[in-house]
Amino acid sequence: MSGELLRLDGVGVRLGGREILRDVSLSIQPGEFTGLIGPNGAGKTTLLLIILGLQPVTRGSVLIDGAPRAPRDASIGYVPQKLGIEPDIPLRVRDVVSLGLDGHKFGIRLPSRARRERVDDMLTAVGARRYADARVGELSGGEQQRVMIAHALIGRPRLLLLDEPLANLDISSEQGIVSVLARLARAEGIAVLLSAHDMNPLMPVMDRIVYVAAGRVAVGRADEVVRPEVLSRLYGQHVDVIRVHGRVLVVAAPEGAGEAFRDEAAAEDASVAG
Amino acid sequence: MTVLRYIVEPGFFGSGPVHVALAVGTVIAVTSAVVGVFTVTRGQSFAGHSLSDIATTGGSGAFLIGVNQFWGYLAFGAGAAAFMEMIGIQRRRGRDVATGVVLGAALGLAALFLYLGTEYSTTTGASFTILFGSMFVITSSTVPALIVSALLALGTVAALARVLLLSSLSPDIAAARGVPVRAVGAAFLMALAVSVALSAVIIGAVLSTALLIGPAATALRVAKGPVRAAAVAAGIGVAAIWLGILLAYDSYYWPPAGRGWPVSFFVVTLITCGYLISYLRRSGRRDVARENQDMEHACSVA
Repeated sequence: MSGELLRLDGVGVRLGGREILRDVSLSIQPGEFTGLIGPNGAGKTTLLLIILGLQPVTRGSVLIDGAPRAPRDASIGYVPQKLGIEPDIPLRVRDVVSLGLDGHKFGIRLPSRARRERVDDMLTAVGARRYADARVGELSGGEQQRVMIAHALIGRPRLLLLDEPLANLDISSEQGIVSVLARLARAEGIAVLLSAHDMNPLMPVMDRIVYVAAGRVAVGRADEVVRPEVLSRLYGQHVDVIRVHGRVLVVAAPEGAGEAFRDEAAAEDASVAG
Repeated sequence: MTVLRYIVEPGFFGSGPVHVALAVGTVIAVTSAVVGVFTVTRGQSFAGHSLSDIATTGGSGAFLIGVNQFWGYLAFGAGAAAFMEMIGIQRRRGRDVATGVVLGAALGLAALFLYLGTEYSTTTGASFTILFGSMFVITSSTVPALIVSALLALGTVAALARVLLLSSLSPDIAAARGVPVRAVGAAFLMALAVSVALSAVIIGAVLSTALLIGPAATALRVAKGPVRAAAVAAGIGVAAIWLGILLAYDSYYWPPAGRGWPVSFFVVTLITCGYLISYLRRSGRRDVARENQDMEHACSVA
C-alpha cells in the first residue's frame, strides 16, 4: 500500500432525493495539510461527516488506513462548525481539553498529576494556557477555537478535521489559528483537513486543495485547481479567478449579469472612442 | 448550649420523624443537586418540570388506589421520561404541545384523583402532602426504597458524567467519538425522573424541581469545574433541607401557635435566597472584571 491515511472512492450522497455529493474521490497522505474549499452549501460539512462515519454514503467507499472506520476510532480528531457553547456550561478550558482524552469513556476518573501536566502542555502548545481556568463559554470565538483544537489534538489523532474554524474570526485570530495548526501538524506529523469558504488565509500552509462546488470536487495543488477552466467545469458555469494584492478571488457572473457587463464594456469602448 | 436553646426548640434532636427527615432529606438533596447540575448543563430544566407535573398525577393516582405516593411518582415519571424520549421533547414544537396539552391534561387528572381520593377517605391532608410534600410523615417502610433509588440515580449520573459533559459540549464530537448519544440521553432522563420522584416525596410534586434546579443553578454561577459545581450544589441542597427542617420544627412555636409551617416553604425560600445572593455577587464581580479588561485594553493601546 502507498501509506495513504484516508481514501474516498467514488463517494456519492443523496439526501431526500437531492444529490449532495457525487463521485467524490480523494486521498490524504500522513502529515498533509489539505484545504477543503468551496462556497456555503457546497457539501463541505457533509464530506467531513462522511469521513467521521456520521453520514452514511449512498455509493462509493471510505477507507482509513485501508480499512473502513471503526467506531470509537481515536485516529481522527474533529472540531465541528457551530460550537454554540453555552456561557453557563460548568467546564473550564482545562476540563474541555481533558475531555479530549477520555470524554467518551464511562465511569469515574480520579484526578492525576500526569494528566494535568499533559493538559497544560497541550494548552501551551495552542497558546491557550493563559485562560486555562476560565470558563470555556465566556471566551471569544478565536479563543474557543484554540481550546477545541487542543481538545481534538490531545488524543494524538493522525488526522484532524476542522469545519470552518476561521468563520466569524477577526484577521489576527484567523492568522493565529492557521499558524498554530500548521506548526503542530508539521511537528507531530498530523494530517489536517480544514474546511473554509475563503482559501486566502490558508494559501501559505496548504499542501493541497479539495475544491467543492455543486456536489463535485477538484483535487490537487492550489495552482492546479484554482484556475478558471477547472473551476468553471466544477461549477458548471463560467467563473473567473482574479488575483489582487496576493489574494485570490473566485467570481461567478450571476445569470444575466454577463449582458450588463458587455453593455458596460461597450459603453466604455464608445466613450474611449469618442 | 444556651444559644442553641434559642435556635433549636426543645425535642428537636430526640424526635423520630426529625431523624428520618434529616437522613432521607440529606440523601435526596445530594442526588437532586448532582442530577440537577447535569440537567441545567444540558438545558433540560423544562423536561424536569414536565416530569414533576406528570409525577403529581402519578402521586395522586397512587393515593386514590391506596399505594404509597412514591411509587406513583416513580411510575408516572419514568413512563413520561420514556414517552418524552420517544417524541423528542427537545424540539421546540414538541415543547409547546407538551406544555399546552399534555401537562395540562396531567394536572387535570391529578385534580380529579385528589378530589375522588379525599372524598372517599378522611385524610384531608392528602392533597397538601402530594402537592407540597411533608418530610415529617415519610412512611418508614419506604425509606430503604427511597435510599436505593437515590443511590441508583446518583450512580447512573456519576457513571455517565464524562459522556454527558462531552455531549453537552458538542453532541457532534461525542457522536464522532462513538458515544451512543441518544442512549446516554435516555439513561439520563430516567435518572432525572427518579430524582424528581424522590424530591416530590420530601417537598411535594409541584415543588420538586426547586430542589433539583435551584441548588444546581446557584452552584453553576459560583463554581467553575463540573466536580466543584456538583459539590457546591449538594452543599446548598443539604443546607436548605437541614435549615428548612429546623425552621419548620421551630415554627410550631410561632404564631399562629400550635401549627407548624410547611417544610417545603422554608426549603424553597432558602434555595431562592441562595440563588439571589449568588446572582447579586456574580453580576457585581462581572462588572469589576469588565472594568479590569477595559483598563488592560487602555494600557495596551497606550
